[in-house]
Amino acid sequence: MSRNLDRRRDGLAGPEPGERDRPVGRRNADGIRVDPDVEVEHDPRRTIISAYVRDEPGVLAGVSGLFHRRQFNIESLTVGPTQNEGYSRITLVVEEPDPGIDQAKKQLGKLLPVVHVRELDADPVARELVILKVNGEAPDEVHAITEMYDGETLDAGPETITVRITGDEGKIDDAIDAYGQFGIREIARTGQAALARGAAETARVDESHT
Amino acid sequence: MSGEPKPASPGTDPAEAAPSDADTATTDTTDSDTTEVAPPDADTGETETAESATAAAHTAETAAPAADETDATEPADDGTGEIETGADAVVCALENAGVEHLFGVQGGAIMPVYDALYHSEMAHVTMAHEQGAAHAADAYGVVSGAPGVCMATSGPGATNLVTGLADANMDSDPVVALTGQVPTDFVGSDAFQETDTIGVTGPVTKANFFADDADDVGTDVGTAFALAAGGRQGPTLVDLPKDVTNGDASEDPGEPRTPSTHDPPETAAPDAVAAAAAVLAAADRPVILAGGGVVKADATATLRAFATEHGIPVVTTMPAVGAFREDHDLALEMAGMHGTGYANMAVTMTDCLLAVGTRFDDRLTGGVETFAPDAAIVHVDIDPAEISKNVEADHPLVGDAGAVLDQLAAAMATSPDAAAWREQCRQWKQEYPLEYAAPADEPVKPQYVVEAVDDATADDTIVTTGVGQHQMWACQYWTYTEPRTWVSSHGLGTMGYGVPAAIGARLAAEDDQDVVCFDGDGSFLMTCQELSVAVRENVDVTVVVLNNAAIGMVRQWQDAFFGERHMASEYPWVPDFDTLAEAFGARGFRIERYEEVEAVLDEALSYDGPSVVDAHIDPDENVYPMVPSGGDNGLFALAEEQL
Repeated sequence: MSRNLDRRRDGLAGPEPGERDRPVGRRNADGIRVDPDVEVEHDPRRTIISAYVRDEPGVLAGVSGLFHRRQFNIESLTVGPTQNEGYSRITLVVEEPDPGIDQAKKQLGKLLPVVHVRELDADPVARELVILKVNGEAPDEVHAITEMYDGETLDAGPETITVRITGDEGKIDDAIDAYGQFGIREIARTGQAALARGAAETARVDESHT
Repeated sequence: MSGEPKPASPGTDPAEAAPSDADTATTDTTDSDTTEVAPPDADTGETETAESATAAAHTAETAAPAADETDATEPADDGTGEIETGADAVVCALENAGVEHLFGVQGGAIMPVYDALYHSEMAHVTMAHEQGAAHAADAYGVVSGAPGVCMATSGPGATNLVTGLADANMDSDPVVALTGQVPTDFVGSDAFQETDTIGVTGPVTKANFFADDADDVGTDVGTAFALAAGGRQGPTLVDLPKDVTNGDASEDPGEPRTPSTHDPPETAAPDAVAAAAAVLAAADRPVILAGGGVVKADATATLRAFATEHGIPVVTTMPAVGAFREDHDLALEMAGMHGTGYANMAVTMTDCLLAVGTRFDDRLTGGVETFAPDAAIVHVDIDPAEISKNVEADHPLVGDAGAVLDQLAAAMATSPDAAAWREQCRQWKQEYPLEYAAPADEPVKPQYVVEAVDDATADDTIVTTGVGQHQMWACQYWTYTEPRTWVSSHGLGTMGYGVPAAIGARLAAEDDQDVVCFDGDGSFLMTCQELSVAVRENVDVTVVVLNNAAIGMVRQWQDAFFGERHMASEYPWVPDFDTLAEAFGARGFRIERYEEVEAVLDEALSYDGPSVVDAHIDPDENVYPMVPSGGDNGLFALAEEQL
């Protein structure tokens, strides 16, 4: 009992918070060092992330769980097989500020079945398919709209007409607007599938993953 | 012990267990009584019969066929160590990985693996609860550097591991978990003791695997082992359906191998290193922030050489406590919520922060707006996803902590001109000493007890803790000088970590190293049943309970932020922990006055076996300095009125 009692310490000491040296800089809420007088906000942007993955049970659950867990804002997700047996491509449309997009790519890359992740350039080749079921009272007008959007009538009856439209996201949105006048009963959209334009590779696929 | 399975006693009947008594029910449903009495080399059919009887008697009818079917396909494994089954391959994979200790709890679906362990040289420690197995494996991994292995059966066994896996995941501790699972045909049928273990543990493991083929199960375990140990370390899990472990296999799975999609970088890009080195060399107020990755990469000697060569003060995160000896002139110790005043001043005022192996946890940074706001940040991490996740890195260097520090050392043309800065840091150390008032007529201060244990033990003594005020005092008032001697629950903040961690640490430690667990009364009550394991296995650990009869950290926050309304944070009564220890077969001691401290600690530490010191500390003592959650590190409070 010699150690501390003899030194009669009075507890923590030192200058109080208001008396201390202070830094001049600051960061924003994303931890980015900013000009103290200027607020930098990252606006969310919409982008397409493509992941080439080993086709294993649970890979889709892993990806969707990751996006949910880390609160990444996901607009659509599609998945399907590739030309290489045992490998699939997942296409994600994400709307996030730049730091979020960067994190999403990096976190995706850490999942074991994910072979490669790439954010596609601003002008990818991207298409979506929608199936719409509208009221069938005006078959000719429905048909005209379907023609206009280069679509296809899949099913027609006295009560309903079901059509398919394929296109980029804007075209699909416009078509849905156009069919709205007939009364849309149900919609099924696939979400976007996309590849990089031209000879650019969408994902790096080396020989060990084909 | 009789060779016959015991009839189910009332205590083994899940249906009769008190609904509120979750722990008891869980332990019982793992059939530990049934399995204990069956000699491992006995005809396993007998045990299976007992198990299926229990299942049929107490659970849904669907349970019985699961066990029956397994009976029918029971292979003729004589357990001689040859690879005949998937379970043999699992055991072989662990042996190939160099595993010496396993921590687990038996149960129906994992029994084939346990049976295959019967002839193994590996030592298995049966823990009281699967959470204890996970924490013991975690601490074993922290101390040894190689993955600790824990085992549990399906269902409650697996879910009981989850807290420990989440803990390991947050702290990047290497752990391999093996869980039993119902036979493949029954997966998805809500069979007896079935849980979607892969689904449940996915978010809290680095990777997990559902073994679906007896021929590959050994390889799966090897892969899990390699992944837990490699790159950014972490917990992995292999879920083992009973038909897979019972199924025929013959191949030796070989050495653990990392899958081809997992390729952690070793060194950083040379031009990025050069740019970072130039910024660091030109800094006026440089600081090294050492994170847990420095310890994980065994880079503490490299760090020390770099810091002393260039005269750069070193701050640590909590997982890096011990990475840089705290009695060094350049040591500023831990920064963050309960870090030292001088560490928090340094990280606030620095103009160049070399952060190595840290993920900038919010308990370290406080609000990111005010974290090192003048600093160019050089961030070294093996996980690219940590770069600019919480704090933007001006100079990201992705690679192994030791390798990149070597690169930086080679790229540093000059040392920063930081003599004035070092003097400033020394002055802060003078201004903000970690001290406490200890009037002789008041109850014993917890800080005094921590210092007394530190004085009574060697420098290489390993400290484990629970979570709460005692953890912070153990961190602040003990002088850590060696890596892997501070073993705690940092990111997840798991109360109850301390006692099972002490057991795991003890088995990984050198024989002449002491292991001390500082615990709080609240933390201790969560896992003190593991004392039974320490006694049974003669694990020599000393548990010092800093007993203030409260969930002290919560009460401290209630004092500061909730108008002193002490809702559910104070215990009107706590057990006599010294007496409780004696009931477990450990030695129990009690401290109530200063004059008892040294003598009691001396006796407890010298006792060859587990001991518990119930230290009744000043219940009014709180942990300071303190940066409130999301606050400004530079405005740390020295007392509540400064918050």
